[in-house]
Amino acid sequence: MAGGGTRLETLRSDPPLTLRQTGPHRVHLVSTGAGPLRGDHLDLGVDVAPGTSLEVCSVAATLVLPGLAEAPSIMLVRARVGAGATLRFSPEPTVLAAGCSHHLVVRLSLAEDATVLWREEIVFGRHGERPGRCQARFDATVAGRPLLRQNLVVGEETVDGSPAVYGDARCVGSTLVAGPAWRPSPEDKRERRAVVGEGWAALPLAGPGVLVSALGADAVQLRRRLERGEDAAASHATG
Amino acid sequence: MGAYHDDLHDAAEPDGRALRLGIGGPVGSGKTALVAALCRSLGPSLRLGVVTNDIYTTEDADFLRRAGVIDPERIQAVQTGCCPHTAIRDDIAANIDAVETLEERFGPLDLVIVESGGDNLTATFSRGLADRQIFVLDVSGGDKVPRKGGPGVTTADLLVINKTDLAPMVGADLTVMSRDAAAVREGRPVLFTSIREDRSAHMVAQWVTDMVDVWRHEHGVAHHHGLSAHGASTHGASTHGASARRVPEGVSLDDLSADGISIDGVIVDGISADGLSADGISVDGVAADGISAGGVSPERKEHEEHEEQPSRPVTAP
Amino acid sequence: MDGMRGDPAALLLLADSRLPAGGHAHSGGVEEAVRLGTVTDVDDLARFLRGRLATAGLVTAALSAAACELAAGEPDLVGGPGSGGEAGERATAVAPGPHAPPARPYAADASWRTGVNGGPGAAAGVAAAEDVRRRLWRRLDDEADARTASPAQREAARTQGRLLLRTARRLWPSAALDTLARAIPEGPHHPIALGAAAASAGCEPQQAALAAAYTSVTGPATAAVRLLGLDPVTVHRLLADLAPALNDAAHAACASLMDTVLTEPVLTDTALIDGVPTDGAPMDTTLTGKTPADPALGDPALGDPALGGPAGIDTPPGDAGPPPGDAPGAARAEWRGGWAGLPGHSAPALDLLAEGHLANPMKLFVS
Ligand SMILES: Nc1nc2c(ncn2[C@@H]2O[C@H](COP(=O)(O)OP(=O)(O)OP(=O)(O)O)[C@@H](O)[C@H]2O)c(=O)[nH]1
Ligand SMILES: [Mg+2]
Repeated sequence: MAGGGTRLETLRSDPPLTLRQTGPHRVHLVSTGAGPLRGDHLDLGVDVAPGTSLEVCSVAATLVLPGLAEAPSIMLVRARVGAGATLRFSPEPTVLAAGCSHHLVVRLSLAEDATVLWREEIVFGRHGERPGRCQARFDATVAGRPLLRQNLVVGEETVDGSPAVYGDARCVGSTLVAGPAWRPSPEDKRERRAVVGEGWAALPLAGPGVLVSALGADAVQLRRRLERGEDAAASHATG
Repeated sequence: MGAYHDDLHDAAEPDGRALRLGIGGPVGSGKTALVAALCRSLGPSLRLGVVTNDIYTTEDADFLRRAGVIDPERIQAVQTGCCPHTAIRDDIAANIDAVETLEERFGPLDLVIVESGGDNLTATFSRGLADRQIFVLDVSGGDKVPRKGGPGVTTADLLVINKTDLAPMVGADLTVMSRDAAAVREGRPVLFTSIREDRSAHMVAQWVTDMVDVWRHEHGVAHHHGLSAHGASTHGASTHGASARRVPEGVSLDDLSADGISIDGVIVDGISADGLSADGISVDGVAADGISAGGVSPERKEHEEHEEQPSRPVTAP
Repeated sequence: MDGMRGDPAALLLLADSRLPAGGHAHSGGVEEAVRLGTVTDVDDLARFLRGRLATAGLVTAALSAAACELAAGEPDLVGGPGSGGEAGERATAVAPGPHAPPARPYAADASWRTGVNGGPGAAAGVAAAEDVRRRLWRRLDDEADARTASPAQREAARTQGRLLLRTARRLWPSAALDTLARAIPEGPHHPIALGAAAASAGCEPQQAALAAAYTSVTGPATAAVRLLGLDPVTVHRLLADLAPALNDAAHAACASLMDTVLTEPVLTDTALIDGVPTDGAPMDTTLTGKTPADPALGDPALGDPALGGPAGIDTPPGDAGPPPGDAPGAARAEWRGGWAGLPGHSAPALDLLAEGHLANPMKLFVS
């Protein structure tokens, strides 16, 4: 299945998360039920074959709700991007409704010359609401080497409102842009410089990528900041 | 960017490396001006590196880079986190790192100058960082400063009292400063300078050159071929071990000590050079009224402004 | 802390803010926060410190514990005590007589984690073992890189690490510190240097973690005292209040280190330690399932084995990658578990502060 043309080989899904092909290279995630609720366990697997490209979007924000169970809701996303392949993963934000308890785990494995844009946005509760709890873990590797490993914790007293963590922001987001175009040059001993704006920064990683990190008062502002950072990150590219 | 040596030598191990010269003193006394002057006069003959300890800006490093007195790459700026004295005395790690980075990149060097951030009178360099140190005061702080002592004034290998050109304006009596300094310094040398007027600080450069020579002799630093003749004149220099005790020719010990000033080790430099006459230093000028505060009369001041500075104000022919 | 066997006096020395290793010039983001007005008083500072400890503090604690364990386990890579390997010789050479550092109580316990089959050629084996050790240090340092998105923070961490390593090599000379310095000449991340220094001083991983957690808040606290003119006693009270959280962070750090052993595969080849396939094996195999090359496919974050297999991904059978080279004399390392699962708690505000600070020329602190 390598080669120039992209063909969506498999598309399997069950409610509450449904996959729908909306373009030759595009899949939409469609929420067909409420939630995730506590106790739900959702898996999403994305496998981008070498030399192909894929875009994953969603139609609406994911609202994480409390539900009745004790256990947290779990969303596990695994993605592999093969040699020379490109993935753009930019779903709508995840909103943490009051009382929810959510685990979000992302494993992103990139081949040496794979390219990715991976955006994640988390909104701390609906309007005027205190957020529930969320633990997110993001692992990105390039040919097995660690590129980015991050945990985000929301809804814990230690981090909420800390000027060291989110300050007075109501949402947090990041976009990882990675691929051979962002590989640091081997003779460059010094760290590459970040581009910094109001509430966002495009942070060149030690490996072949840039992390755009942003905080915002609301989802709209967050998106605007992330997009600005993504533009800046694009300008970091060399290839 | 790191200075890393693949061996287990102590960082303080002196053999085979450059002399590390600390330059300390209160804010604005002329440390950076002195560093620039030393670069000017020693740059042609010695392989130099400079570390600045800026307090709030990179102004000193920037100034030196702009001044064009040294390859900008050879200047390392260190940030001191509110505590300039900590960085040169209690926790010298960042400064050592900067010095070693210079040595690694440009070595072998003859001299690495470390300028401390401007601080108070108690700030001195750790012996782990600086092999020799110069403490720079200026006359505008008042002529009582040397009397107040403090480790910088009393123990520095060389005390430089700068901005003698301002003495009349601020009413500082250089004779008093000289006498007080000598009294607390137990024979260690003192130099008066006006770097504004003598932009090469020749006498200080001379002293530093002597120190580098002694250092090389003691620690076996390879001479840089063809450059062992120093840019600053070594004329008349006589060094005894690690400290220079020189009296410029033309100054008679007797004359000065008669006045109650212990001249031992006090070297007078750049004191209104023309007032001190062409043959070096006019003893009368020193001992009598030449440099007392009111002593530099308005006429003389005027006179100074109209005459070119001799390029070697003090060193005798 | 009960059950702590390492040298407590060494821990005090290591965590002392007077340790001459350049720490005093770093504010941990406080200077920029003060400039921006997000930290203006003691209450802000309390929230700042708590958040910093829960994020950067926890991460550095875990990395320090890992480094301490790696350093303590190092001699075993050349075949354990008495093998006469280079590491043993060097350790005696640099620490002779009565000044020799105390035997590391922890070192013996770390042996279960590593093992090397020395080949026939002893000299080649020693060189290969040194090579393995360097790769392991670089691999751990890469893990620190992956947890430090901000280049300003990486730079600050490496500067501090380099200075600490220099100081530690004079205070507690050891083969591990020498290897680390050679492996990462530009300077390791600070927690890596701290962990290695801790092991060399005779501390155990939990103490290394505690020292790391402690310094992650004391530096910023001191900076705030200076920058805001806060009452130093009030600020120290904040630190005293954080003591239980510091202990918890050290515990959590060590627990996460244990988890990596349980959930992550055994690295059996130097190439895999580096994460690079050596023989041009198709990239797919290294991206698949729980191969050693991608320990991330374990479950670092939650330690929840209930998280099932990938949906929609056909997982080819696990291919362990190229067989380890068995050239004569080559040492073969076996490192149980990588460090993929160690915490990576990020603090977006700290990242923004660090970058803003770097960009601003008017400052008192390095970071
Ligand atoms: N009149 C006069 N001014 C001088 C002399 N030497 C230096 N200055 C001036 O004094 C000011 C301070 O000099 P610097 O060399 O920056 O002093 P510093 O000791 O390095 O100051 P900090 O690093 O800020 O502590 C500058 O404006 C210099 O031009 C001098 O001999 N006479
Ligand atoms: Mg200066």
